[in-house]
Amino acid sequence: MSASTFGSGIRRREDPRLITGSASYTDDIVLPGMLHAAMLRSPYAHARIESIDTAAAAAASGVVAVYTGTDTEGEIAPAPCAWLLPDSGLKIADYHCIAKDTVRYVGDIVAVVVAESRYEAYDALDLIEVDYDPLDAVVEPKQSAAEGAPQLHDEIEGNQAFHWTVTGGGDIGEAFENADVVVKETIVQQRLIPNAMETRAALASYTPATGELTLWNTTQNPHIVRFLCSLVAGVPEDRLRVIAPEVGGGFGSKIAVYPADFVTVFCSKKLGAPVKWAETRSENYQATTHGRDHVQEIELAATKDGKIVGLRATVWAGMGAYLSTAAPGIPTILHGLMLSGVYDIPAIHEDVYGLYTNTTPVEAYRGAGRPEATFMVERLVDLLAAEIGLDPVEVRRRNFIPKFDDGHDVVTGLTYDSGNYDGALAKLLDKAGYDQLRAEQAAAREQGRHIGLGLSTYVEICGLGPSQVAGAIGFQGGLWESAILRFHPSGKVHVMIGASPHGQGEETTFAQIVAGELGVSPDDVKVIHGDTDNTPMGWGTYGSRTTAVGGAALALAARKIRDKAKVIAAHLLEAAVEDMEYDDGKFFVKGSPDSSKTIQDIALMANVAWNMPEGVEAGLEATSFYDPPNFVFPYGAHLAVVEIDPETGHVTLVRYVAVDDCGPQINPVIVEGQVHGGIVQGIGQALWEEGVYDEDGQLLTGTMLDYALPRADRLPNIEVHSTVTPSPHHPLGVKGIGEAGTIASTAAVYNAVIDALQPFGVEGVNMPLTPERVWRSIQEAQGRN
Amino acid sequence: MFAPEFDYYRAGSVAEARELLDAHPDSTVLAGGHSLIPILKLRLAAPAALIDIGRIDALRGIASDGSTIRIGALTTHAEIAASDLLKGKAAALPEAAGQIGDPAVRNRGTIGGNVAHADPASDLPAVLACLGAAFVIEGADGERRVSAPDFFQGLMTTAVGEDEILTGVELSEAGDGEASAYSKFAHPASRYAVIGTAAKVGLSDGVCTSARVVVGGLVPAPVRAGAVEQALVGQAVTTELIAEASRKVGDSLDDDDLLGDVYASAGYRKASAHAWVRGALSAAVARAG
Ligand SMILES: Cc1cc2nc3c(=O)[nH]c(=O)nc-3n(C[C@H](O)[C@H](O)[C@H](O)COP(=O)(O)OP(=O)(O)OC[C@H]3O[C@@H](n4cnc5c(N)ncnc54)[C@H](O)[C@@H]3O)c2cc1C
Repeated sequence: MSASTFGSGIRRREDPRLITGSASYTDDIVLPGMLHAAMLRSPYAHARIESIDTAAAAAASGVVAVYTGTDTEGEIAPAPCAWLLPDSGLKIADYHCIAKDTVRYVGDIVAVVVAESRYEAYDALDLIEVDYDPLDAVVEPKQSAAEGAPQLHDEIEGNQAFHWTVTGGGDIGEAFENADVVVKETIVQQRLIPNAMETRAALASYTPATGELTLWNTTQNPHIVRFLCSLVAGVPEDRLRVIAPEVGGGFGSKIAVYPADFVTVFCSKKLGAPVKWAETRSENYQATTHGRDHVQEIELAATKDGKIVGLRATVWAGMGAYLSTAAPGIPTILHGLMLSGVYDIPAIHEDVYGLYTNTTPVEAYRGAGRPEATFMVERLVDLLAAEIGLDPVEVRRRNFIPKFDDGHDVVTGLTYDSGNYDGALAKLLDKAGYDQLRAEQAAAREQGRHIGLGLSTYVEICGLGPSQVAGAIGFQGGLWESAILRFHPSGKVHVMIGASPHGQGEETTFAQIVAGELGVSPDDVKVIHGDTDNTPMGWGTYGSRTTAVGGAALALAARKIRDKAKVIAAHLLEAAVEDMEYDDGKFFVKGSPDSSKTIQDIALMANVAWNMPEGVEAGLEATSFYDPPNFVFPYGAHLAVVEIDPETGHVTLVRYVAVDDCGPQINPVIVEGQVHGGIVQGIGQALWEEGVYDEDGQLLTGTMLDYALPRADRLPNIEVHSTVTPSPHHPLGVKGIGEAGTIASTAAVYNAVIDALQPFGVEGVNMPLTPERVWRSIQEAQGRN
Repeated sequence: MFAPEFDYYRAGSVAEARELLDAHPDSTVLAGGHSLIPILKLRLAAPAALIDIGRIDALRGIASDGSTIRIGALTTHAEIAASDLLKGKAAALPEAAGQIGDPAVRNRGTIGGNVAHADPASDLPAVLACLGAAFVIEGADGERRVSAPDFFQGLMTTAVGEDEILTGVELSEAGDGEASAYSKFAHPASRYAVIGTAAKVGLSDGVCTSARVVVGGLVPAPVRAGAVEQALVGQAVTTELIAEASRKVGDSLDDDDLLGDVYASAGYRKASAHAWVRGALSAAVARAG
């Protein structure tokens, strides 16, 4: 019974506490004598600070302290960028936790008020007088690169943070010169605001007597926070404890270490009291990292039969006013290296310019670089199909990398692990009834109705590791994970992991891994995470790596336990180890399964240690460190069906069918949930979401009243299917599934809308595909014709 | 997201509410709070005192004397959306109320607060203007009734004076062969109306005997689409006629007044408004016929 729970859709154990409101988030934690911090943030996107007068605020009721950049100078270092992209001329501007003399985006911290209550802290913010001298701002990446653009950082010429290139395969110039067909497009990957349900917060508690500091923080990676916070705020790593309590989603926005967190730590150290800061939703929109923000000029060269011969692109990636912790790696390593997609492309070249703009810094956002890559490739393939008059399915088939199960090299330098791209597409077409849909589309067109079908066949890179690669690509950390698996005398299990799930469901799936490996009930396994004082080192939960890397560490720890248990069982049964067999939690001598020792029996005997075999240590516990030999590469094929109303430009998403392959599924219900959520976020980019700044750098979509998140009633029932292709190098064969949906769905929906608009001769339309944009594209096309 | 400090008073009756308003300069009425509280939290307003009328039961409820329906100012959107009386006799109103925001908003937000706030993107002003509602206002000089064009005076301004309270709205029941409908293009984030159109028509033997069409969302205050109405009255109603008449909505929209934003420009709203007019008219005609 127990082993079978690996692979079954048992309920998420996380949910009862989450949906009954008994979970405890950072802002729920209350400490005796706790003070409250509020950040004064710049209302200007670019300005010199002429003077700051804090006297009235400092004298206000309940106010304990007011600090500005002068106070933090030398006390806390600038917020670090920790992805030092090599060979890119990377220039990192100092990101002062409290701005010194210049503010560079609306939301840059100018001062902090610490008060006895949150209300008093916010009231006092209004009393701080700052004299700003406004400067010109630039908000769009390509404009930031232009001659004469306002300059953000004195020492960084042309606002250029880096220029990164990837070149692979044959000569790209020749590929384009000799091609029969070239298709081109300019794509704006608009800026997105992550919108985790819980906004960011930090509670710092410093004990002067011991020099110890505990930081409760809304983070996806407490161990990274501990490491970087120790460097920035000067609390030695051994005295710093970082706790990620319940964390209400992140989607990448809780990877970075943030100025406000360090300022909170500073305040606590300075005042010797616990200090809490929790952002409001409007503050979250301004100060928590955004995602995407590329302008992409892309082109594809092919033969007249639709065989791709080259792909070339230039990308201007807006980085925001400063480089967030992992930002430089996202539009480059996680993007450019994936430009071959699921296709055999013999020559690829991309230039990526990272540009400072007077906007909120960008970071990873679900998919992080891969959605932007998939979109480029999938758009180009559709353009090619339209250009040569082939069905998009056929063009894809002519270019797919053939089925492989143990490694395939693409020209960008990656080795994909395993894939059967045509297999996923074939299943999709079958499940969706593609031919029938095309017939319906044709019939609808006859009646003046406009239905569109959009495909997206994708592969993505996740399970971030190996560490050796991390070093080579400038990531200032490791990319391994570790797990401790401990049996208690009664046979119950604790798992301590360094990864830090925050909604994904690994407390459930990791218990299922243990169940699968050791035959215990998942109910007997508690998964402990998110506290640097009682979990082993880990590099965090992002990049769909928790199961792919942390899950592997856990499986290996379980296998160590099994080996040790077998030795103990042999001893207890007075048999030779070689004669022992294991099946579903029981150890027995070959041929006599009736006289067996359960893993629980052995846990008890190992813990009391009355009768251990010679040379075997007491206890039943194992630690494992897993540094993956390669990334994992989940893939799939998605289809969106839309209908548009040409009169108003409204788009209705009629159907959405997905086939994803993440290898064996530990819990198919959780996989489906991840696929749903991921798809919906990608649809959000295609149809609704956009962080808009005006030319002065004011965030026009500054609240949920303006920033349109996907809503259930605008979405069809998502049809989820899968194929199963194990990763050859992962102990469980599993690949990540957290981001796949997002990586695939934006392109599928976009392609469907363009397909629907085909009779009008519409060219490119910027995302999100709002009614007005779609309507205007039709008007413009009609004007041209 | 933290309101500035204010005093709070709860009124037990309309008279008491008026006294409190009078006694406290710079005070504001609080009903469902779903427009006022966000404004306070964003610190866009800082009244010295809030006078909470939310528990004055006399201001709640929907009743008809057989020809006039009276809706108390505190009646919630959810109550309106669920009212069988209104569904039968003033269908556009529950139809619009049911599309406001989300369930939480509909359970707290009130019809009085909605129209007193007079956000141009609100749904109810256009509907009530279309239905010819009288707004009942109580002030120092007693009760007075004001109808739509005079009640909505422009962007977020109404005929309700500083020390006055809106106690309710009154509508005539739809007669035989009369019906109304509401059609809305909801903003994908806020759900407020980008374009909202209410239509009420009278039909006799397939001929339009009366028509009233009011658009909201893209104008500071509800606007009557006279040209659309004229194109319908006296004509045999067909799908083509409705489509053709709807296209005349632009004639009633003054370009200088039109509202637009990052999501939908004024020009686009104007150009596509006819589709929502057509939607409301078609539904009203279907109900009336
Ligand atoms: C998320 C969200 C979505 C929304 N979506 C929509 C939508 O799609 N369509 C729509 O139409 N509305 C929408 N609303 C607004 C909602 O309908 C509000 O409830 C309504 O506009 C105000 O009603 P209230 O009772 O909450 O008023 P309050 O917020 O309490 O008051 C609003 C204003 O009216 C005044 N006032 C209230 N009652 C009276 C009275 N009886 N006499 C005099 N003055 C009074 C107050 O002083 C205040 O100035 C939305 C609101 C939210 C928060």
